[in-house]
Amino acid sequence: MAELVKLNINGREIQAEKGALLIEVARQNGIEVPAFCYHEDYTLQAACRMCLVEIEKTPKLQVGCTTPVAEGMVVHTESDVVKKARKGTLEFLLTNHPLDCPVCDKGGECELQDMVFRYGAGESRFVERKHHVDEKQWSPVVFFDAPRCILCYRCVRACNEGMGVGALGIGNRGVISEIVPNQGDHLECDECGACIDICPVGALTSGSYRYQTRPWEMDHVGTICTHCADGCKTTLGVRVDKIVRGNNRDRSGINNEFLCVKGRYAFDFVEHPERLQSPMLKTAKGHEPISWSKAISLIANKFGETVLAGGKFGVVGSNHTTNEENFFLAKFAREGLGTKNIDHHRTGDLATFFDALSGKPDSLASSGDLYNVKAVLVVGSDLAQQHPFLSFQIRANFRHHNAHVYAVTSGPVREDNQAIASVRVQKGGELAGVESQRDKLKAEVNLVIVFGDAIQGDALRKLVAFGDSLGIPVKYVCLVDYSNSRGAFDMGVLPRDGGLSREQVLAAADLDVLWVVGANPLKNAALASKKAFVVVQDLFLSETAQQADIVLPAASAYEKSGTVTNVCGEVQKLKAAAKVMGTKTDLEIFGLLAKEMGLNLGIWLPDKVFEEIRKTVHGYNVPLPIVATGGAAPTMPLNGRVAALPGSIASANDTLFTSGSLSKYSNVLNAVMESPGKLYGGEGK
Amino acid sequence: MAKQLFNQPSPLETMVLSKRFALEGSETLDVYLKNDGFKAFLKAKEMTPEAIIDEVKASALRGRGGAGFPTGLKWSFVPRTSPKPRVIVVNADESEPGTCKDRLLIEYDPHQMIEGILIAGLAVDAHVGYVYIRGEYRYLIEKMDRAIAEAYSKGYLGNNVAGTGWKFDLYTHSGAGAYECGEETALLDSLEGKRGIPRMKPPFPAVAGAWGLPTLLNNVETFSAIPPIIRDGGAAFAALGTPKNGGTRLVCISGHVNKPGVYELPLGFPMMKAIDEVAGGIPGGRKLKAVVPGGSSCPILTASECDIPMDYDTLAKIGSMLGSGGMVVLDETTDMVRFALRIMRFYQHESCGWCIPCREGTTWLRKILQRFYEGHGRREDISLLGELSKNMLGRTFCALGDAAAMPTISIVEKFTEDFERYLARETVAV
Amino acid sequence: MTFSPQLEEIFAKMLQQYPEGRTRSAVVPMLIYAQDEVGSVNRELIEEVARRCKVTPLQVDEVVGYYSMLHRKPMGKYHVQVCTNISCLLVGGEELYESAKKKLGIGHKQVTADGQFSLEEVECMGACSWAPAVEINYDFHHFVTPEKLNQLIDSLKRAQ
Repeated sequence: MAELVKLNINGREIQAEKGALLIEVARQNGIEVPAFCYHEDYTLQAACRMCLVEIEKTPKLQVGCTTPVAEGMVVHTESDVVKKARKGTLEFLLTNHPLDCPVCDKGGECELQDMVFRYGAGESRFVERKHHVDEKQWSPVVFFDAPRCILCYRCVRACNEGMGVGALGIGNRGVISEIVPNQGDHLECDECGACIDICPVGALTSGSYRYQTRPWEMDHVGTICTHCADGCKTTLGVRVDKIVRGNNRDRSGINNEFLCVKGRYAFDFVEHPERLQSPMLKTAKGHEPISWSKAISLIANKFGETVLAGGKFGVVGSNHTTNEENFFLAKFAREGLGTKNIDHHRTGDLATFFDALSGKPDSLASSGDLYNVKAVLVVGSDLAQQHPFLSFQIRANFRHHNAHVYAVTSGPVREDNQAIASVRVQKGGELAGVESQRDKLKAEVNLVIVFGDAIQGDALRKLVAFGDSLGIPVKYVCLVDYSNSRGAFDMGVLPRDGGLSREQVLAAADLDVLWVVGANPLKNAALASKKAFVVVQDLFLSETAQQADIVLPAASAYEKSGTVTNVCGEVQKLKAAAKVMGTKTDLEIFGLLAKEMGLNLGIWLPDKVFEEIRKTVHGYNVPLPIVATGGAAPTMPLNGRVAALPGSIASANDTLFTSGSLSKYSNVLNAVMESPGKLYGGEGK
Repeated sequence: MAKQLFNQPSPLETMVLSKRFALEGSETLDVYLKNDGFKAFLKAKEMTPEAIIDEVKASALRGRGGAGFPTGLKWSFVPRTSPKPRVIVVNADESEPGTCKDRLLIEYDPHQMIEGILIAGLAVDAHVGYVYIRGEYRYLIEKMDRAIAEAYSKGYLGNNVAGTGWKFDLYTHSGAGAYECGEETALLDSLEGKRGIPRMKPPFPAVAGAWGLPTLLNNVETFSAIPPIIRDGGAAFAALGTPKNGGTRLVCISGHVNKPGVYELPLGFPMMKAIDEVAGGIPGGRKLKAVVPGGSSCPILTASECDIPMDYDTLAKIGSMLGSGGMVVLDETTDMVRFALRIMRFYQHESCGWCIPCREGTTWLRKILQRFYEGHGRREDISLLGELSKNMLGRTFCALGDAAAMPTISIVEKFTEDFERYLARETVAV
Repeated sequence: MTFSPQLEEIFAKMLQQYPEGRTRSAVVPMLIYAQDEVGSVNRELIEEVARRCKVTPLQVDEVVGYYSMLHRKPMGKYHVQVCTNISCLLVGGEELYESAKKKLGIGHKQVTADGQFSLEEVECMGACSWAPAVEINYDFHHFVTPEKLNQLIDSLKRAQ
């Protein structure tokens, strides 16, 4: 327990940890000390001079962001002297700031506007010429307007310290100083847009949002990103049913301000012109639109006939759809269609994982653990590419807590920059690489092991045995790829009890019905059965949908409610942000089909299905208020043996700029992919 | 035939640091050794670090870079027993307008400074030093490199300094044009290969300086004063000056005087005597208007304020500073608007841009002064200049903001009539 | 990118003189010495210095923008730097600079068409007591008058 000191701020007696920063102590006690450059996650700058405060017995005003509190300190944060100083600083700032607020994207949510409103002058004494520099485009995503920049260096730190990319720097000197990109006139970076969202003014703006709307004309819908499995909260700005912005400036969710390019910008697939908006029937002339009622009736009839005839079904579920949808689909297959042939594209060996950890209830790491644990071992994954949020957590842990990072990978990874040991191994040599670090790892206080699809089956059991042998508390993250891979597994979209795996279904020459929900199994595989009736629910006419007898246009995750479970097993709630005409959620489609077939599978409202999940799915009896209020509730799927499953397990090996089939339909992802620089394996411009 | 010097010495000088300047070959180690060279080092080698620091404290030597911090005290802050190795850094970034003395100390007597550095090394148990020389002084870097090479070759640097078995390495390091790098922490960032942005203090360089190592950082002249202090005793050096203002210093007199030059004068030397007698008075019998006492950062003095002894405390008492020793003399013909504009142009050019008040303040002030000088001044600009300067004063990240504000405030307040004169001219619309 | 043997020798020593792993310290001196040989700090030089000092090109680029002696475009063979700061100002520094502009027919940081001369109005360069001062490349000239500067420029022209 740190030593406490007593101090007085604005007449209030306050206790605080000795050495804590005055600005933080004030804020924690509800006293706002304004600042531009101060950001609690990143290094101190003391550059903006807005947080000047008056400390009795100190001759000059002091900056609150670098002054540690001390016993007996008497501080005034809103005295006349302080207010006058802030007014003076703002007056300086506005001398070169273009007052183009009416057309500035930041207008209405600009920290400079707010600050001038509070402390500034109503009129300007500045009658000189302003220094103008033209706006620049640094990437498809990032635009920079130098005159608006107040040089708080938040973007530089977010990129360098937060993202570990270091693509932004400071050029020139004095009043013509400006933020500069790493390639002279353009950026080669993660295109995450963190620099844009952290900018207190409108100096950095995004290619997708600029000039789209005024901020107060949007609704803000906090939901979960539908791309990778990390489960970041993205707050979608919605204007008249159209998503125009993604960010997490309200710092809700497990990811605080973090989002990658997909979470911030790759919502644009929702509006893609190729989006399916009507059910379609395959005819001699190709796919032709039909009504929903006709489509549902045709499918229900075919399903019913096949059930009656004892025919063979194959169901392929999705790792993008909600827990409720996965649960309902599994129930539909087993109870409604009487088939065990249900599976999804599995990207991590969760079956062996849960089985190997059976009896070790404390061994599943949460996303928060990655930020707090003393040591992290990354095995066989390039987290910055495939799990950017987990990678961010590890960097933050290193930055704030000096965490020990170990990387056992086949190539260089971003974690090398924080690692006390980077071990390069051939594929298959991961365990030997891990073993080589045994002595150092044994000396750690605690450890989280994060591993990719290279570790499965026997290797996974050996890795857990290794963890057990260290004699320290060890937790694990078994990496999976998509936004609800974990949920698909947990909800039982699996060929249990002798069902056919995905590959086996595709290879079965006697298959009567193939029902594919939000997946694209025929992209790289052929369907052996010539007679199979194929039903596909999807957003786009995928390779699989092209072969379907009936295609149903499905709503995406941004258009539905429900829950998803992230890579760390945390359940979070989706909130519908947009509406695409003609589509239905997969859950509604299941419900309508069940109704048409006369099946009683329960009410198909997401909340009702989630209630059933909480009651019946092992480890999902999570506190409802946490989920309902947008929190992340950890699940506990351990204890009880898990039987091995047929079929293969492989990561899709998506990169930072791809997202399975969806990447094709995101203009932003395509634009940033077109110009991959040297950093990202391309040739550079 | 006497050696050609930058300026002829004055009989009124007290030559301690500059005593070898006029000797032929004064820059060579041989001449240095023949003229008291390395006596102080050998003496210091027999002293304890505490005794060395006490001797420096007794000399009342204050930092000659500009801030005037007591040198002995600064040395005592360096944690001698830290597990981290200590580093010595010499600030030879001489760039305060009006100052041109460190050049001479390196050009004419580099070994004196080297000996001072070595003694500092003994005092704080450091074994490596870097001389940070401004990029414009390339010829001096070359001279310093030659002096260092000579010292190595003759055993006065390296693994066995002066045969004592004690080790010390010394290197030069070039700047590339930035006044701000004269600020000690900005200099350290520059030494580390970064932009010369000042650092947050604490930690002070004594605790975490270059590369995070405990660092002793002093000006060229400060190090050069060490050998005489150790050789003849701190008290003897102190006695040359006035209490708390020990010794002599190199005063650079420039501007409107008949014999501009660098002269070594004891602390407490009368300012008017320096102007009238040492520097030969003002040309053409014109009257004194003002004096910049110690580099352009110092509040300017009116003629009536100049009848004072030149020491740190007296200057502080009248609201100015002794600064870096750059004394600029202005005669009655000087246009103070033009002078203030030139000062502000300098600070605006040199502001590193890190903090808002300095970056934007110097720019705004420069623009107002420029407009004023071009005949578009407004009456309210006079008070605005003062107010904006005061909005900068004490609120910037480092002292550069103060350095820009202080002379401006003093000029506007003390020479308002020069500004009034501009307003009285035929006015031109803005 | 390689430099002259003399410069390579200087750089080899330079990279050795800082504590272990602190090669970044060589960035500023390496840039200015290399600029003297290459003529300016271009992208290739930035990448080369970054490689040698084990930093990112951006970290070098930031430095280039900060220091006033580093130029991204080549200056003349003779870079004439006239000080107009206070000590020089008082004894004719600005008049000297104006005269240099006329003589060379160029302004601040401009280069003559033949690439021989460039001009820069510079800040105090430590020659205050011997003002007005001019530095041509790295050579100081003290107590300079417009006439003396004209002669100096003429003699440099003749020397070609």
